Amino acid sequence: MESPEQIRDRLLARFPGAEISVVTNPGLAAQHSLLLGAAHARAIAEFLRDDPTLRLDQCSNVTGIDWPEKEIVETTNISTPDPANPAAPPTAVEQKTKRLQPGFLEVVYHLYSITHRHGPVIFRLRTGNRTDQATVPSLTPVWRSCEFQEREVFDLFGVTFVGHPDLRRILMWDEFKDHPMRRDYVEPDDYEWEPTPHGAVLEKTKAHYPTPPAPASVAPVKAAAP
Amino acid sequence: MSVSDLSGLNAERATPGARVREVHDSFHGDLLEVSMGPHHPSTHGVFRMIVTLDGETIVKLKPVFGYLHRNHEKLGETVTYLGSMPYTDRLDYLSSMTNNWAYALAVEKLAGQAVPERAEYVRVILAELTRLLNHTCLAGFLMQDCGCSGTPLMYAFREREYILDLFESLSGSRMMCNYQRFGGCRVDPSADWLAGAQKLTDRYGTFLDEFETLLTGNEIIMARTQGVGKLSPELAISAGVTGPMLRATGVNYDLRKVDAYGVYPRFDFRVPLGDHGDVYDRYMIRVLEMRESIKILQQALAGLPAGPIMDPKAKLRSFRPKAGEAYGRIEGPKGEIGFYLLSDGSPNPYRYRIRPPSFINLTVLEDMCLGHTVADAVIILGSVDIVLGEVDR
Repeated sequence: MESPEQIRDRLLARFPGAEISVVTNPGLAAQHSLLLGAAHARAIAEFLRDDPTLRLDQCSNVTGIDWPEKEIVETTNISTPDPANPAAPPTAVEQKTKRLQPGFLEVVYHLYSITHRHGPVIFRLRTGNRTDQATVPSLTPVWRSCEFQEREVFDLFGVTFVGHPDLRRILMWDEFKDHPMRRDYVEPDDYEWEPTPHGAVLEKTKAHYPTPPAPASVAPVKAAAP
Repeated sequence: MSVSDLSGLNAERATPGARVREVHDSFHGDLLEVSMGPHHPSTHGVFRMIVTLDGETIVKLKPVFGYLHRNHEKLGETVTYLGSMPYTDRLDYLSSMTNNWAYALAVEKLAGQAVPERAEYVRVILAELTRLLNHTCLAGFLMQDCGCSGTPLMYAFREREYILDLFESLSGSRMMCNYQRFGGCRVDPSADWLAGAQKLTDRYGTFLDEFETLLTGNEIIMARTQGVGKLSPELAISAGVTGPMLRATGVNYDLRKVDAYGVYPRFDFRVPLGDHGDVYDRYMIRVLEMRESIKILQQALAGLPAGPIMDPKAKLRSFRPKAGEAYGRIEGPKGEIGFYLLSDGSPNPYRYRIRPPSFINLTVLEDMCLGHTVADAVIILGSVDIVLGEVDR
């Protein structure tokens, strides 16, 4: 089978201007992958499926990966000579610069060819960010096997697949708000919360209702004079 | 929603065999929506289908998942690599040995871990025993779904207990085996255990003969299952269907041959293929695969080499694979079970993904059921062979 670099070169010749790069896998498995831009993803997927030498007719596995934004601290040593005493050794100042690497969500597709019995060819799509641009094009029209798996990535990671015929939550219930597979997901303290008036539950109740309702003022009942 | 809207919706999905009746008169216009499951014996667990019926004909079927969802993949990210091994037993709880193997294979790919020859043979023996167990149970369940109440299922469960006894004496647990390790297996099978496995293998063919006499040529079963739930090979490939369901449509794709993992290339066995892709073919493929499994078992038990069961260099504690990713897959009894692991060099995987075969095989459930009756939907679902522990994860 062709190497990812050869596939990239052929794709670039076929789709000029498409964003395609090879992501090297540093691990021992050496399963390298292609990173595709969203604009040509659908056309490239159809090409990979229909190309006679590749014939990647089975999309075996679709999965998401969450890469939250990361603070990268870079340390640089700046040595400045003392202007008053040039003979003295320069004072070394350690300068730390903080850089925020933006987060994104990634969808990974594993393709195999049943016709030619080769694979895997792995490619990835990336979203713009993790909030308002968390969209990638859906490949369900190309491979039916993506239907449930893309729904699962939508449900658990919050990636919206543009062009999916039936994009609903699949494993979590419809009313569920968050995306549990994200790295920064915080689970609710209690799914079936119900107030009871004592102990640790009472403390939790206070957290749910920061200002408890004032007790209704009831006039004391006086015992009737005999 | 009127019938014509629905048939338009399903037009591109419908398999060639499916017939969706177009009715426009007021008498037939009403559709009935039936919720089957999640607590229904025929759904093999807590699976739910929302079936839209026109009379008795299915015009729409939407599966509903998640009643057994516990976010297994998130759990996998919070424990070490080895800590996930017992959890994989709980995926497809009928075939924990193959789940273990698939996970061990993916981690061995990630970490570049070698496996001794004896362990590879033991893995093959256990995987084929699992296949026997799973396919026998499936045939029993399918017959139960068809309405052969009790008898075939009890025969299947009797045989299953013999195999589970072997698993228990080897691993300490009937179903939750937790037996494979990265770089080998947990314990070495004793000579007594191997003799027991040999005895079971020798007489399993006799049981299959008896089982087949009861079922395979049975006129009622043939009338009930032939031509029901047809699946075309093109749709099966596109929908990622794997395992016996794919081979029942006539596509020759068995990972034991294609990927040639473990020591499978050393064994002589054939890959049975169907031609119609209906429920009967799916039953028949499984019976034929069991015959091939017996052949593999005979060869593996005869050729089992002596030697260590674990790679002495294998690291169990403080196991940290190099940063990188790996996807490993094997041919489980239900189809391709794969694990995708992403390591960042820490003791826990950064991403732990399971490719669940029975979940993905359910993609085509609607296509197979369109145009059939509710009673047929039950046996079509039975022939897909699902375990909800794996579907919902």
